Amino acid sequence: MAVVIPIDLDAAMRAASAAPDALILAGGTDVMVEVNAGQRRRALDSDTVIVLDRVRELRRWSHDPERRTVTLGAGVTYTELMTEPLASLLPALAEASRTVGSPQIRNAGTIGGNLATCSPAGDTLPVLAALDADVHLASLNGERTLPVGQFMLGVKTTALTRGELIVGVTAPVLRGAQGYAKVGVRNAMVIAIASACVIVDEDCRDVRIALGSVAPTIIRCPDAERHAAANLDWDRGRATPGVAAEIGERAAADARPIDDHRSTAAYRSRAVALLVGRLVRRGFPDA
Amino acid sequence: MPEFYELQINGSAHDVHDAWLGESLLYVLRERLGFTGTKSACEEGECGSCSVLVDDVLVCACLALAGSATGKTVTTVEGLAATGTPSDVQQAFVTAGAVQCGFCTPGLIVAAHALLTESPEATGQEIREALSGNVCRCTGYGRILEAVAAAARARLAAGAGSIDDRGET
Amino acid sequence: MIVTDTRTGRRPGTLGDSAVRPDGVAKVQGTFSFSSDEQIDGCVFGATLRSPHPSARIVSIDVSGAWKVSGVEAVLTAEDVPGNATYGLVVADQPVFAADVVRYVGEPVAVVAADHPETCQRALAAIRVDYEVLEPLLDPEVAIRGEHPDIHPDGNILRHQRIVHGDPDATGDVMVEGTYELGMQDQAFLGLEAALAIPEPGGGGIELHIATQWLHEDRRQIAACLGLPEPKVRLVLGGVGGAFGAREDISLQVHTCLLALRIGRPVRIQYSRRESFVGHVHRHPARIWMRHHATTTGQIVKIEARFVFDGGAYASTSSPVLLNGITHTQGPYRCPNAVVDGWAVRTNNLPCGAMRGFGVVQACFAHESQMDRLAEACGLGAVEIRLRNAMRTGDTLITGQVVESVAPVARCITEADALPLPEEPVGGRDGDPMRLPGGAGRTSDAEHVHRGIGWGVSIKNLMYSEGFDDFATARCRLSGGVVTLKFATAEVGQGFVVIAGQIARSVLGVDEVRLDTVDTDIGSSGSTSASRQTWMSGGAVDAACRKVRERLFDHVAAQHGLDPLRLAIDGTDVIDTMGTLRLAVEDAVMGREFDETVEFRHRPTEDLDENGQGNCHTAFAFAAHRAVVDVDAELGLVKVIQIATAQDVGRALNPLSVLGQIEGGIAQGLGLAVMEEIVRNAGYVRNASFTDYLLPTSLDMPEVVVSLVEEPDPQAPLGAKGVGEPPCISSTPAIVAAIRDALRHAGIERRLDRVPVRPSDIAL
Repeated sequence: MAVVIPIDLDAAMRAASAAPDALILAGGTDVMVEVNAGQRRRALDSDTVIVLDRVRELRRWSHDPERRTVTLGAGVTYTELMTEPLASLLPALAEASRTVGSPQIRNAGTIGGNLATCSPAGDTLPVLAALDADVHLASLNGERTLPVGQFMLGVKTTALTRGELIVGVTAPVLRGAQGYAKVGVRNAMVIAIASACVIVDEDCRDVRIALGSVAPTIIRCPDAERHAAANLDWDRGRATPGVAAEIGERAAADARPIDDHRSTAAYRSRAVALLVGRLVRRGFPDA
Repeated sequence: MPEFYELQINGSAHDVHDAWLGESLLYVLRERLGFTGTKSACEEGECGSCSVLVDDVLVCACLALAGSATGKTVTTVEGLAATGTPSDVQQAFVTAGAVQCGFCTPGLIVAAHALLTESPEATGQEIREALSGNVCRCTGYGRILEAVAAAARARLAAGAGSIDDRGET
Repeated sequence: MIVTDTRTGRRPGTLGDSAVRPDGVAKVQGTFSFSSDEQIDGCVFGATLRSPHPSARIVSIDVSGAWKVSGVEAVLTAEDVPGNATYGLVVADQPVFAADVVRYVGEPVAVVAADHPETCQRALAAIRVDYEVLEPLLDPEVAIRGEHPDIHPDGNILRHQRIVHGDPDATGDVMVEGTYELGMQDQAFLGLEAALAIPEPGGGGIELHIATQWLHEDRRQIAACLGLPEPKVRLVLGGVGGAFGAREDISLQVHTCLLALRIGRPVRIQYSRRESFVGHVHRHPARIWMRHHATTTGQIVKIEARFVFDGGAYASTSSPVLLNGITHTQGPYRCPNAVVDGWAVRTNNLPCGAMRGFGVVQACFAHESQMDRLAEACGLGAVEIRLRNAMRTGDTLITGQVVESVAPVARCITEADALPLPEEPVGGRDGDPMRLPGGAGRTSDAEHVHRGIGWGVSIKNLMYSEGFDDFATARCRLSGGVVTLKFATAEVGQGFVVIAGQIARSVLGVDEVRLDTVDTDIGSSGSTSASRQTWMSGGAVDAACRKVRERLFDHVAAQHGLDPLRLAIDGTDVIDTMGTLRLAVEDAVMGREFDETVEFRHRPTEDLDENGQGNCHTAFAFAAHRAVVDVDAELGLVKVIQIATAQDVGRALNPLSVLGQIEGGIAQGLGLAVMEEIVRNAGYVRNASFTDYLLPTSLDMPEVVVSLVEEPDPQAPLGAKGVGEPPCISSTPAIVAAIRDALRHAGIERRLDRVPVRPSDIAL
């Protein structure tokens, strides 16, 4: 058996290349649930686990004030995302991170892990989608960068190839309101029944809307975004309740929710309409 | 590859021999090394009963692969105070009536220690949020919140005395 | 050193004091041994293969694959059970292993023992069972109508009981009715099922360390299945990580013993959480129709009701659970006439049995929802309608039984009503999302929030009913100023271990009380359930201590030439009440040892007749709950802000313990009200994990304000009533009523006749 604990990216890539079927652990908060439930037996029998939590490049983040971007190493935890100075640079990501699991989970779980799991209920994913973030991937064959929308392919399906690792994410630092909202049945430790992120880019007079838990993967809502850009009162930073509600309804129209043990499709559609409308109104109070 | 790995637990080194690759830190603590104070109740990070400190960070031991914890320091509930001489937080739980069946208690104790180390002045709502990952089925949390608040108050009061006192708590 | 509380004059650690638990330090330090912590050299692990189908015929079982997995030591199926093939608390209808058919998802089919839990899992995966899937019986009404073939030789009806009382044709000017549903709630104790079985050399006997609620009843069933005489089966209580009814039935007991006896080595089994959800019985899902007839001034004239409890695949305690439900139809209110029809039926759903509240939770949600409808129909407030109908001592129940218990229903209501309302402003404060519905999810802004207030009041029978010989045993030894108590009472977290010491200190004037091992070496104490242990085991400890005290007084009297009747305990001394003699208890004992064992019984109860008439219960306790909730009506999200409660406790022997029971019970009532349900679809369980079966967290529990109503009950040995169940009974309807009220403030009318109330029930 082998637990490989690389301390730099090069070593991690070499390990991933040497054992492309290895089980890859970041914070462990998703993968270990499956290990404990006996669902990763085959991967474990392949005899290698690569543990990324000590890869120094993945633990870092950087702010580029000129390009107005933040680049997060894949190993940045939810707790770090919730904490200053990151929380002010990427406020919606901080809000989303605060809704993840428990303090224990947030201390261990990472943004790279959230991307790799690619659950439709992944909390940071609607934010990354709405920010048009870029995902950086690397393997011994080279590096590549994908828009997050092209990285997430479906339920727990990503564009990662064998031997490839998620290195980090670059997201823009924007001027304007942004927020994440998530419906669950409990006030803490809950998986999203429905979630939404609204990002306002005041400089471009642009609104980006993404929804979670209402489709096989995170979706953007182009019709609602166009409607928002065209109908919000950008000069005064105001919106009528009617405009906000309409944006919400248009966003919900793009949702393709299902009935499951957590809730119903009808409720999920209603919830995302309301969440989007409310997030818009938080950025654009009553006219 | 070696047939064993070493874990640093509560200040001592422990060898783990012939382990299965998929064993969690929780399993190794309990079943191989006898640190049964750390409890197993869900094995998916949803109850907090297995809370431990890894490099002083509060995490669920069930979600850490044991073999990945080599080279880190692990603190379990047994490492917070000597047997028979409870820590301030532990004593506050007993006094406040925060213990019923006691199964969630060690995890809560570790979480409360982590909280008060990081935020010594934590109060009501912060305590609730900090402990929200530790499910208790018996108490309804009322006495637990009171115990942690009482421990925080006592530390602040002691801290207002002398630095040495603070060091003792 | 003795320090007496100068305010109360009470000696610490005696009755009435909030003494701390003797197991507290061990529990906070992680050194307390729960059943899952018990390890022994040479021990191997056991694991269980379970049915994947709600209903299927077992065509064949091939275990040869399991034997090929390295490290496997035993594989057992139904044919390896040497004694009775079935067990059960009331009726032995549940197979140790399914043999010919499986009747629910999760039913045990085989067990393995191996050197590692992972080996066990691989061995289980290698067992081939061929099933012929059958059409499951899932709808209780289909079972009642007799439209499905019997799924068990005992038939599909577990119990049918009617109650007809007074004038069945009576009517009232006002009539309200509704049909209420409750989902399946899980006890969700944190300490998963775990046991350690140690075989006697030669296999003639076994010792089982087990977390259970009732050692002796477990032993009776285990011994029968093992084919061993009961004395050859010794049970020792392992530390119990919560119970709430789920440890009243057998789960892994027989399996663990069978494996240990087969391989001649100690065996441990511990369930996973996923397994636990199908490995123990649950609260019965129920459908209850009720119609209340009343005068225009709100006096109840008659109640009609029909109860249908889904008992799942096996009988467990469905029969007494149904009895409890239907006999509590009226709630804590006077009701002269009633017609009630109750059914508990067998289906291919998960077996249901005991959970805190035991049938009364279901009845209370229905009758309290009805009381609010009645109040509305009569133009009365929620408090007024309840006060007008409040039961009193001496009232006759719909079973014809007279309530002899202290019944301070009106006082509970008025005291709860007098408790302060929350200071929390509607819509939270400081812009803190955690104070709003939706919490960290930031779903709601203050403008979306409406506040509501609702009431729930309950009556709960205490202890066992219907002629059951309900008793508890305790042994008290006094030696050198130290009392040692022995009993088989299961400490499951409720705090009997602290109460027992308090009783001994009060009765015998000692400071040091030791608790002996809890095992089957002494007679039964009955189950830790039905709010009964303070009354029953407390009564037994009290009686044993009093008997020792009599012996001590006889001894002192003989030494000093006094009439023993003149002697009394004062603090830690024996005193002559008519003279000057004062002797420390320790000195009075003078090298002697006094040792007494007592069986304590509550007064007998009777069966119900065919019209549901009879003195079937022995005593009752009452509670009132007022809930304040904030609701985001559009999204259907709820934040409970405060629960105020006044509870009839008789006498608070340990106020801190009572408070803990009240707060903990409310948390479970809150869970049932807004989040807890085992979601099932066609007999399959959809959320058997803590990721999806949601329990209230510290951010979900509200402020709780409590008033203890202390009117010592003369029937109770210590004046104290059981306090465990009432908090989780009426808190649920109070919260739902508060949600309805909040919605009304938002201009929305919702019946909310089903719990848990889901966001979609409110929003859509």
